[in-house]
Amino acid sequence: MSETLYEKLGGDAAVNAAVDIFYRKVLADDRINSFFEGIDMDKQAAKQKAFLTMAFGGPHNYTGKDMRDGHAHLVKKGLNDTHFDAVMENLGATLKELNVPDDLIAQAAAIAESTRNDVLGR
Amino acid sequence: MQKIAFRGREFQCEEKETVLDVLVRNDIPIPHSCRSGVCHSCLVKAVKGRPSIASQAGLKETLAHQKYFLACQCIPENFIEVAIADESVNHFVDATVISKKKLSEAITRVRIKTDEVIDYKAGQFLNIKGIKEQIRSYSIASIPSDDFIEFHIQRMQEGVVSTWLSDQIEVGEHLKVSEPVGECFYLGDNKDQSLLLIGTGSGLAPLYGIVSDALQQGHSGEIYLYHGGRTLETIYYRDKLQALAQQHPNFTYTACISDGSIIENTKPGRASQIALTEHPALKNWKVFVCGNPSMVNDTKKAAFLAGASLKDIFSDAFVPAS
Ligand SMILES: Cc1cc2nc3c(=O)[nH]c(=O)nc-3n(C[C@H](O)[C@H](O)[C@H](O)COP(=O)(O)OP(=O)(O)OC[C@H]3O[C@@H](n4cnc5c(N)ncnc54)[C@H](O)[C@@H]3O)c2cc1C
Ligand code: HEM
Ligand code: FES
Repeated sequence: MSETLYEKLGGDAAVNAAVDIFYRKVLADDRINSFFEGIDMDKQAAKQKAFLTMAFGGPHNYTGKDMRDGHAHLVKKGLNDTHFDAVMENLGATLKELNVPDDLIAQAAAIAESTRNDVLGR
Repeated sequence: MQKIAFRGREFQCEEKETVLDVLVRNDIPIPHSCRSGVCHSCLVKAVKGRPSIASQAGLKETLAHQKYFLACQCIPENFIEVAIADESVNHFVDATVISKKKLSEAITRVRIKTDEVIDYKAGQFLNIKGIKEQIRSYSIASIPSDDFIEFHIQRMQEGVVSTWLSDQIEVGEHLKVSEPVGECFYLGDNKDQSLLLIGTGSGLAPLYGIVSDALQQGHSGEIYLYHGGRTLETIYYRDKLQALAQQHPNFTYTACISDGSIIENTKPGRASQIALTEHPALKNWKVFVCGNPSMVNDTKKAAFLAGASLKDIFSDAFVPAS
C-alpha cells in the first residue's frame, strides 16, 4: 500500500509540531481571533489538534454533521467565507513554515476546503 | 439522546448533559468538585459502552485502558453503563494535622503527615475531604524529601472547606486526602532552561514547591517567580523567598500588589502583567501559572503568544467547586 497523506506529513508528531505554529497564527490573526476568545487554552489546543489531524488526512471520528453542529454557534456569531479563507491561509502558511512540499500542502488544503459548506452551515 | 445505566437503573440524558449531570439530577451521590476536568474526583468506570475521548484526556493510560473516565467531562455518545471507581483506584488516605500557622491575613499553612507514604511530585495537588465529605483540591507546597505535606489555605468568605481548614481543624486531628493529581510540576528534563512562575494568592503553594524542587535538583537556568495579590492580605513567605533568592543567584523573586499601593520591596501592578513586561520573549522557556482561573487562562495565552510552546506551559486554575 502507498503511504497516506497523514503518513507522508509525519503523522502525530507532525500534528504536534504544527499545533504550536498554527494556533499562534490563529490567535494573532485579528480577522478571526475573536471567535477563539475566552475559551480554555488546553481544550482549544486539543481542538486545534483535531482540526489539523483532519486536514492532514489522519484518523478522526468527525462527520459532516459534526462539523455543522460544532460550528453552528459560530455561524450565528457571523462566521462566513472570509473567516474560512483566513483559516485556510493560516493552514497553508503553517505547512510552508514546516517545509512541507507544495503538492502535499495542496492535498491538505483540499481536505480542509471540502468541509466549507458544513462548517459554514450551508 | 443517549441513555446511561447505573446500579441497574436506566437514565435518559438531556441535550448536552454530562454523565455527572444526569446522575446528580437523579440524586445519585457521585463524588465531584470542580466540574471542569481538573480535580479527577468524579472518576468512574464504563462497564459497558465507550466513554467520550474528551472524558479520558489527561488520565493515566492504564486507567483509560480500563475504561475509566471523568463523569463531568463525558457527554455520552453511546449507551454507557457506569460504575463507581474501584476502591484501589479512588483511594483516600488517612492523615493527621501536625502543624498550623497563619502566614498572612488570609492564608494559613497546614502541614499533615499521611498514614501511608504518598508518592507525589512537588506542585501536584491532593483532594481533601471536608466534614460532610465535600471534596476540594489543595496544592502541595512541600517537596517529597520533606517529612510532611504542606498546604497553603486561602480562607474564602463562607467557604465550607477553606474556613474549616483555616479556623477549625486543630493539630492532632485527622482528615482524608486522595492520591496526588495534576500535571503542573518540574520535569528536570532541561536544567538550563529559563523558568517563569506566576501565581496569585495561594497559587504560590504549587509554585513554592516547584521552585524548591528545581533548586534541589540543581536547576542551572534562570528562575523568576512573581507572586501577586490585590493587597498584602494574600502575600506571604516574603522573607523565605527573599532569603532563597540571596542563596541562589539564579533565582529572582518579585512580590506584586495590584490595588495601587506602594509598598517597600513590592512592585505595583498585576503579577502576570509585570512578569510578561519584564520577560516579553519566552521562546524556549517553561512557564508555570497558578491561582485565579481567569488570570491563569489569560496568562497562558499571553505566554504562548510571547513565544512559549504549548508543551512548556504548565498550570493549575484554582476553579471553585460547583
Ligand atoms: C487544582 C486546584 C488546586 C487548588 N489549590 C488550592 C490551594 O493550594 N490553596 C487554596 O487555598 N485553594 C486551592 N484551590 C481551591 C480550593 O479547592 C477550593 O475551591 C477553595 O478552598 C474554596 O473552597 P470552600 O469549600 O472553602 O468554598 P465553597 O464552599 O466551595 O465556596 C463558597 C463560596 O465562595 C465562592 N468561591 C469559592 N472559591 C472562590 C474563588 N476562588 N473566587 C471567588 N469565589 C469563590 C463559591 O462560588 C461559593 O459561593 C485549588 C483548586 C483547584 C481546582
Ligand atoms: C477549515 C475547515 C475547518 C475544519 C475542518 C474545522 C474543524 C474543527 C474541529 C475538528 C473542531 C473540534 C470540534 C470538537 O471536538 O468539539 C473545531 C472547533 C472549532 N472551530 Fe473549526 N474547523 C474549520 C473551520 C473553522 C473556522 C473558519 C473557524 C473560525 C474562524 C473555526 C473555529 C472553531 C472554533 C472556535 C472551535 C471551537 C468551538 C468551541 O469549542 O466552542 N473553525 N473545528
Ligand atoms: S474532574 Fe470532574 S468534578 Fe473535577
